Amino acid sequence: MAEKRTLDVALGTTGVDERGLPVTVPLGFEVPDAGAVEEAPEVGGEHMLLNMGPQHPATHGVLRLVVELDGEVVIRVIPHVGYLHSGFEKLGEYRHYNQIVPLTDRMDYLAPMANNVCLAMAAEKLMGIAITERCKVLRVIACEISRIISHLVWLGTTGIDIGAITPFLWMFQEREKFYNLQEAWTGARLTTSLTRVGGLMADIPDGFEDGLRATCRSLLGVMAEVDRVLTRNGVWVGRTQGIGVLTAEEATNMSMSGAMLRASGVDYDVRKDRPYLDYETYDFEVPIGEHGDVYDRYLVRFEEVLQSVRILDQALDRLPDGPINVADHRVILPPKHAAMTDMESMIHHFKQVMEGVPAPVGEAYFSLESPKGELGYYFVSDGTAKPVRWRVRPPAFINLSALSKMAQGHLLSDLIAINASVDIVMGEVDR
Amino acid sequence: MNPSADALERHFGSAIRRVTESCGDTIVYVELGRLREILAWLKDTPDQAYIYLVDVTAVEYREPERPLEVVYELFAFSRKVGLRVKAELPKDQPLEVDSMVPLWAGANWLEREVYDMFGITFRGHPDLRRILMWETYAEGYPLRKDFPLRGRFSRSEQVRQALNANPEAHYSLEELGIAESYQELPADMRGRLARGERGQIAEPKGGA
Repeated sequence: MAEKRTLDVALGTTGVDERGLPVTVPLGFEVPDAGAVEEAPEVGGEHMLLNMGPQHPATHGVLRLVVELDGEVVIRVIPHVGYLHSGFEKLGEYRHYNQIVPLTDRMDYLAPMANNVCLAMAAEKLMGIAITERCKVLRVIACEISRIISHLVWLGTTGIDIGAITPFLWMFQEREKFYNLQEAWTGARLTTSLTRVGGLMADIPDGFEDGLRATCRSLLGVMAEVDRVLTRNGVWVGRTQGIGVLTAEEATNMSMSGAMLRASGVDYDVRKDRPYLDYETYDFEVPIGEHGDVYDRYLVRFEEVLQSVRILDQALDRLPDGPINVADHRVILPPKHAAMTDMESMIHHFKQVMEGVPAPVGEAYFSLESPKGELGYYFVSDGTAKPVRWRVRPPAFINLSALSKMAQGHLLSDLIAINASVDIVMGEVDR
Repeated sequence: MNPSADALERHFGSAIRRVTESCGDTIVYVELGRLREILAWLKDTPDQAYIYLVDVTAVEYREPERPLEVVYELFAFSRKVGLRVKAELPKDQPLEVDSMVPLWAGANWLEREVYDMFGITFRGHPDLRRILMWETYAEGYPLRKDFPLRGRFSRSEQVRQALNANPEAHYSLEELGIAESYQELPADMRGRLARGERGQIAEPKGGA
């Protein structure tokens, strides 16, 4: 047994000692006589089992944690997931590739456009389709807007979990502007369903580019303000530094990805290490942490927002004109007027709607750097228009599996900060 | 083609069943019994260095006679290449494979999910419980092809089971055994806990 601490409470009424410090008396029981040492009551011998969630505001959705506590110290955390399980992978096996797109909206619902892009890219890898230049740049814009939106929500909610309310309001105000752009582009704020295999559902509307530039400028102003409020804030630093540490070896061994891995000092970003959408031609930095604690994860995500703004600037500068969809109408629906007037287009339209687009026999794993980490879609095809297997490599699910290890030995209140730092979204964890 | 495939064939010979390529990804089919040995070699050999386990999953094909496959997606940070290792599990034999948790701690939840969804048992897994479905889920393994899309039981039967669920559906046996609550458990539950049994929980009887 560890040695017990004596609880000393300063009572104002007992006066001060000769040094001018308040006299303290032990709380609770009489000071024992010298020689007759009474046995202290046993209070720390039993561990407490605490159930947290699934309806708990700090569990970010329907996550349930069963916590074994010794006093306030976490001995063990057993997470229970699956409350939001919707069987998306099973549903995908009964759908054409394009019909899976709406399912991906509902997984990481804080970054739906990144999920849409990943699905389209995985199906295109399977079918061997090369997309147009304009589509590539627009998908980069979609991915980076998603990253910003997701990180803004993360920063706001993590602030609330640790006790800082103000950043939440600022972050949601900024997020609203990005959501307006997203709504103007896709018609939806949450369920965007932006991509199609071989292209996009819609091109960006008029005024989108100027709106995005202006929104990025105002975001940078707010981020500078958050930086002033949080980064050197004593409470913030005290609540986050040295909490939930994962070393580089541990993080790699536990298959962490995204900010969870990079905060521990491992330089792995899918955008750099398995480039897609010509990310190798963009000029941006990948922030790497040193200590692998909650504070470093905050710094990494914070810097990622700024780098995303850089990428968005470059993408808007280079955005070429041209079609957003491939010209092959066996893959992409022909325009409505053509389908109504031209026989061949009508046949393409009919076959796509009724039979779907068949993929060749084979399999493909495609991953991209989603805001949460490495998001991978794995398709196995037997030559029909519906996949045999659609597997999602869920970054939040795998990152959450490290929670037990990170929280061991910390206080219960630190468990909240650690859980927040994982950046989970239960739609993706449970799928 | 990933050069690791040649290195594997040189080093393990007939344990490498076949090597294929699909959409630019190299896929190595290996003998089921030597899977852990081969993955350990891929992880620990310096010029292979697949230290990052990206994903663990399984595939069942629509043809009922085709074996199930467990799939390990690996990545080498130092060389920036990926490799997919597969092993086939014939359906007429018990669906068992060695757990990779001793090699990668990240395999823990991933293998639990494969067990939950496909019913593949991982030998040596420290905590092989259902993860997305609840622990007393009785309908089978949802991602198997013989599992109907709408589930096996009617909505009313599912509701009845949920209302009658015993505490083990909500807490794992370990959790129930923690600290002072252990002595308050029913005797049969304590017995199962002491024997380390899992997944043999009796159905609740009668209505609510």
